[in-house]
Amino acid sequence: MERKRRKSLVMEKRKEVLTSLESLGARIYEQMDKGFFPSIEMPSRSTENIYYDPNVRQFILGGKKVRRSARNIRHLRPFTQLVWTAFFSHELTMHRKTSTLRDVYYSAQAYEMSFKDQQESNNIITDLETVLGLSREDFNIFPEERSAVFGDLTIEYTVPGYEGKRLNLTSHPDGVMIGPALTSAEFVKTTADKVIAIEKGGLFTRFIEESVHKKFNAILVLTAGQAPRATRHFIRRLNRELKLPVYIFTDGDPWGMHIAMVIISGSANAAHLRELTTPDAKWSGVWATDIVNYKLPTDPLDDVDVKRLYELQRDPRYKDPLWQREIKTFLKIKRKAEQEAFSRYGLTYIVDEYLPAKLEETS
Amino acid sequence: MARVTFEEISAADFFYRNRDIAGFTNPSRAIFAAIRELVENSLDAAESLKIPPDIYVRLSYEGAVGTGTQVYRLRVEDNGIGVPPRHIPSAFGQILFGSKYKLKQQRGTFGLGGKMAILYGQITTHKPACVISSTGMSKIYKYKLMIDIQRNRPLILDRKIMINKTRWRGTIVEFSLEGDYFRAMPKILEYFKQTAMVNPYANLTFVDPKGRLYKFTRVTTEMPDPPKETLPHPYGVDVELLQRLINATPYRNMLEFLRYHFHRVGDKTAQKFLEFSNIRPSKNPKRLSHEEIVRLMHMLKKFKEFLPPDASCLSPLGENLLRAGIVKELKPEFVAVHQRRPATYAGHPFIVEVAIAYGGEIPKKEGFVIYRFANRIPLLYDEASDVSVRVINSMNWRRYKVAPDMPIAILVHICSTKVPYKTVGKEFIADRPEVRREIANGLREVARRLRRFLTRREHVYREKKRLGIFSKYLPKIAQFSTQLAGKEKAPDVKKLLRSVRRFGTEET
Repeated sequence: MERKRRKSLVMEKRKEVLTSLESLGARIYEQMDKGFFPSIEMPSRSTENIYYDPNVRQFILGGKKVRRSARNIRHLRPFTQLVWTAFFSHELTMHRKTSTLRDVYYSAQAYEMSFKDQQESNNIITDLETVLGLSREDFNIFPEERSAVFGDLTIEYTVPGYEGKRLNLTSHPDGVMIGPALTSAEFVKTTADKVIAIEKGGLFTRFIEESVHKKFNAILVLTAGQAPRATRHFIRRLNRELKLPVYIFTDGDPWGMHIAMVIISGSANAAHLRELTTPDAKWSGVWATDIVNYKLPTDPLDDVDVKRLYELQRDPRYKDPLWQREIKTFLKIKRKAEQEAFSRYGLTYIVDEYLPAKLEETS
Repeated sequence: MARVTFEEISAADFFYRNRDIAGFTNPSRAIFAAIRELVENSLDAAESLKIPPDIYVRLSYEGAVGTGTQVYRLRVEDNGIGVPPRHIPSAFGQILFGSKYKLKQQRGTFGLGGKMAILYGQITTHKPACVISSTGMSKIYKYKLMIDIQRNRPLILDRKIMINKTRWRGTIVEFSLEGDYFRAMPKILEYFKQTAMVNPYANLTFVDPKGRLYKFTRVTTEMPDPPKETLPHPYGVDVELLQRLINATPYRNMLEFLRYHFHRVGDKTAQKFLEFSNIRPSKNPKRLSHEEIVRLMHMLKKFKEFLPPDASCLSPLGENLLRAGIVKELKPEFVAVHQRRPATYAGHPFIVEVAIAYGGEIPKKEGFVIYRFANRIPLLYDEASDVSVRVINSMNWRRYKVAPDMPIAILVHICSTKVPYKTVGKEFIADRPEVRREIANGLREVARRLRRFLTRREHVYREKKRLGIFSKYLPKIAQFSTQLAGKEKAPDVKKLLRSVRRFGTEET
């Protein structure tokens, strides 16, 4: 009963995606058929139209719209690229195939629809997301970068050829890649009671070796630097669907802080999308105050780090006292530390001492 | 104490000792100068009859002398007016004898060039020159001559008279000289090309020592009017000229003297001038003292009411011929020519003709290709010092949409009874304000026309590109939206494409 409901959710999403792509095509078709230059309206993604919404705790787009018209010579190329991308996404979704950002860039050449570079094609895909109000993963385009997950969670695939197949995410000691198949999989059951997200691969492996998943009853997620959107969406689902609290461990520097913040509150780049944030997730370390309290070996902050800290200080997502306190401490001690810094106290110290203390502190 | 001797030297001797000033500086310049002088004489000889010139030049190898220097035999044939038989020896064997000491526009002015070439040939090879000429009457005269340098007299070694069955008319000059053709070759070929450019009514043939044939064929038989002889303009006279006029004049009073010996001076002007300068109209010019002559010259220059010289003594090429010549030699995409109205400097009338050409066979290089001409002679040396080049360099070409790497040729032709050459080498024009202003105004005019051409071209190009973008993308939008919408037939984009076409672009 439960399974059937979930399954139909996935099918429904697919149907919704196909319908919105088709109606976009129909809108353009009709305009042309009536002898008009087709045009599309979409919310503006320029910085002056991006606002932080404290209610949904993420960036959102304001009311400003932009209009792309085929009458305008400067819009013509991106407009055509957008229509092609919609067409291509429709093909993908229709045939339940997936593609990567890079793959889209190359596929375009087969249709004599060259993009100048991949950045251009990525921008057009973001435009399509904005027009449709859907994220690219919904129309089966995934980024190249991959993160991983490990822990006692059983999932059930929905991708063609694997429908109904189940997998326990402890079955591979390197973790399971968070790719298109896992992103669209249903969660079946878990014994875990928390999620620990880790910035770096080294520590993720160490945690698996030290059986952190068992000792702390946790699902481990490797973000591999800035978490890809599929991973952010996956963490959100773990939090929402399985009601698991999320703890994030990053390096002790402004960049690490921001990796945690993007998982929690999203990025300005994704202001046109929802369901990528996990507002209740916690940044558990490494804090600036940890550097002081644990006497970690450090490097000095360089100019870029300091500049970034001042930017974050003014960022509406950072107005919480904890974040402000940590930014101030960084600026005061002018030092930063990586997660590996705990190795000075022995290989297992981070798991035996630091992790339980921090989970305690931030729960 | 050394004995100082004074001796008179003949004109031939003078030029023998100072051949540098006539352009015979070194073996490479000498061969260039020889060809140039004879070709110009031939052009003048044909033009004075208004016959389209046919000129054949052959340079053949005779033997080596030293490193880089060879002996060549030069033969120049024309279909010009011919030289009357009794003048042949002097015309070719006596320096400073000739038909060119008159006030009208001519290519050479010293009457020196051709003889200088023969003199140079004689002193380097010691061989006689051969001259064959006929004025088209019943006989052809053939002379073998040398120049007696010390006495400046022709030495006739042989003379033949032949029956002119075909009524041939023209002159053939053939002589040997030392030279360095291979170093001079680029300039010589450039000389022929540029000569062909400003003489589009001439056939020029050149056979070089390797037997290579260069042929420049006429594109028109239309020719400019030959210049008329003119009297000196009062602004341009000096004491020597006044003295000569006074010696020769048949008139016994100043009024008539002024009226009949000066250009643009009539009865009224003469009277006004005499009043202005306080000279009695009835005064006999032959009674003028030396001081009075000097004063007369100063007064002539001071008087403001003389009319400027008219240009009937000038023979500019004219816009049509200039255009024809440029089109023929450069095959440009665009050409603008402009003839300025006659102007004067120091009492000498002059006319500036300019042209600007774009594309075609004009090479793309940093800077312009500049062609300079004076009285239809190409000026090939000392380009950087020429007033035209200075004017060109001082202009702001960006105002005319000209980019530095565009294939652009600029032509400046100045014709005058006295071309203001800076040096005796006659290779570049002096920077005189009157001349400079005419050149600058002329160039501005053609540059404006070039700008119109470039603007239109750019517009057409942009428009083409713009339409290209629409016709590339609109069908794709139609195709993909049709597939996306699940329709069968793509919407027609022809109407949309038609609507982006702007007025007036159909012609492209």
